[in-house]
Amino acid sequence: MEDVSVEFNNSNGMLSFLDDSNPVRAVDGVSLDIAEREIVTLIGESGCGKSTLGKTAIGVQKPTSGSVKYRGQDVWEAKSSGNNASIPFSEIRHALQIIHQDPGSALNPNQRIITSLSLPLKKWNPDMSRERREERIYAMFERVGMTPPGDFLNRYPHQLSGGEKQRAVLVRAMLLNPDLILADEAISALDVSLRVEMMDLMLELQDIFDTSYLFISHDLSNARYIAEKSGGRIAVMYLGEIVEIGGVEEIIENPKHPYTKALRWATPNLFDDRDDGEFPIRKIDVPDPTDLPDGCNFHPRCPEAREVCQREHPNEITTGSDGHLCRCFRADETHEYWNSPELHD
Amino acid sequence: MSVRDEIFEIRNLDVSFELNRGASRVVRDVDLNIHREETLGIVGESGSGKSMLSSSLLNAVVEPGVCSGEVTYYPQDGDPISVLELSESELKRFRWEEVAMVFQGAMSSLNPVMRVRAHFRETLQDHNRDIPAGLERARELLESVYLDPDRVMDAYPHELSGGMKQRALIALSLILEPEVLVMDEPTAALDLLMQRSIVALLDDLQEEHDLTIVFITHDLPLLTKLADRLTVMYAFGIIENGTVDELLYNSSHPYTRALLAATPDLNVPVDEMHAIAGSKPDPVDRIEGCSYHPRCPIADEHCRSSEPPMATVNGTHESACFYHEKAREAVPLRGDSKQEGAVHE
Repeated sequence: MEDVSVEFNNSNGMLSFLDDSNPVRAVDGVSLDIAEREIVTLIGESGCGKSTLGKTAIGVQKPTSGSVKYRGQDVWEAKSSGNNASIPFSEIRHALQIIHQDPGSALNPNQRIITSLSLPLKKWNPDMSRERREERIYAMFERVGMTPPGDFLNRYPHQLSGGEKQRAVLVRAMLLNPDLILADEAISALDVSLRVEMMDLMLELQDIFDTSYLFISHDLSNARYIAEKSGGRIAVMYLGEIVEIGGVEEIIENPKHPYTKALRWATPNLFDDRDDGEFPIRKIDVPDPTDLPDGCNFHPRCPEAREVCQREHPNEITTGSDGHLCRCFRADETHEYWNSPELHD
Repeated sequence: MSVRDEIFEIRNLDVSFELNRGASRVVRDVDLNIHREETLGIVGESGSGKSMLSSSLLNAVVEPGVCSGEVTYYPQDGDPISVLELSESELKRFRWEEVAMVFQGAMSSLNPVMRVRAHFRETLQDHNRDIPAGLERARELLESVYLDPDRVMDAYPHELSGGMKQRALIALSLILEPEVLVMDEPTAALDLLMQRSIVALLDDLQEEHDLTIVFITHDLPLLTKLADRLTVMYAFGIIENGTVDELLYNSSHPYTRALLAATPDLNVPVDEMHAIAGSKPDPVDRIEGCSYHPRCPIADEHCRSSEPPMATVNGTHESACFYHEKAREAVPLRGDSKQEGAVHE
């Protein structure tokens, strides 16, 4: 038992970053830890910085300030210090993988699937024989239900459907046995009816390979599905900041931030969802990210905004159960917000 | 059968493409009525033929696709129009003035080197309308979709966000006061909040302009927020028709039920969501009998050998399944328990 907990502590993939000082702050002072075998889902509107944050997390986007650490090793220090780092950059690079939104453009259209999938193995295991390589790829294809593998692997990308391409891309990322996969809107381009299947597959592979995912989506019901099935967390991003983060139960059933509530409202459900009530935001369009409002970023659209929200920027407030954080004065029962005059348009 | 005012009547519609691998029939023998001033949602997976069906309403199936069958349009007053037999010049008038279409991807529907104003002006000019009066109307339309006409009229498409472009396009489609608005995945690339805003807005526009809306999407949850009636397509044909409540709470085709069960939904426990078994058919393949039988849990010899006709479940609710009475039992759903209350609404 002792071993288990130690291992968990040691391998806690500490990722924390602060990004600052750009004219457009795509990501603004975000701290986030992703544990071993954890799924963190990141949701928010387009342009809120979720992809930038994701890319920063896997070390392809250098933060302007702050740090990104993989198992305690600063990723960018590892890159600049070459072999002196405790974990060499090359190892970090192949431990952190990505799946993009559009599998069509992630596969070379002029190469057979097998060629595209062999490349990463060739690069990282140059000594592996061709037979060994193909054996592994074939085995993975069997596992993700693309059988017979030879049939799929010898085709070109345009001969596969969107769902099949996305599975091929997932296999490619998995071949390197990564510790963390950034799935950036990986299922958004798929039909609604194929999304559950793809997420189930990601969960199945997580079971086998002990991978963590940073799952980016603009769709709350997808985020909830994969996070709840894996006991993960949901982080809600708005204009560069994580405005609320917590367990699935907390975020879905007990959201604290008015923005999370608005997303919850906007998520169309099939069942038990007849009474939709009032539109929970005051303005449809997101403000210009180069000219952020003073005070709380959300206040121009927030239905609950009061005078204090126009001048003061809310910090993270811990609310209730463990790990549930929220950037809204309303989460603090003693805040001056409650005595601040309401805004009138 | 109740007497209703039909605006479109489709009979025996076929759309086929000649491919190297053989003829591919992407719409197969479709009959469909569209009622005046209703919102009809056409739902299906990508490649189910729904876009081709909707394009045929404007005789806009792209070459080398060939349409056959009858598409009859009934104007408010005047003689019925047989859409597939219109000449080039008649079609030009018919499109925009009677039936307007909003395509998926607002990004590519607007000319990148033309200001929004020029789009309106060009459309008015082509249809010999009074331009100053038309532009005045354009400003009103833009305002009704929550856009600032002063800013948007002079903007180039790249200066607008995705949601703004989509709304500008909706305003543009209404400039010649069409009777019918056909929308093909108009919200697919947009955020949840924007999707819901557009849906709310379409509701208002429909009321104000007495529009008939045909809304095509694979996003079933969104459709239930907007549509009066749903048509489900599978493998190039229609397999079920009914009101939203009939399909949600008493769907009687195994495919519709599997589709409902595969849709992520915040109000349904994650363990009740399942992917649909099997994969969708190739348009070149000719499936004997019911097109869904290879994936259907209750298919038998009968389904493999003959094609089920559309059968009335009750009232306006029809299902193309021999065993529509058994579908409920075979694929249980969350909505089942709610059936009594909901259907009698």
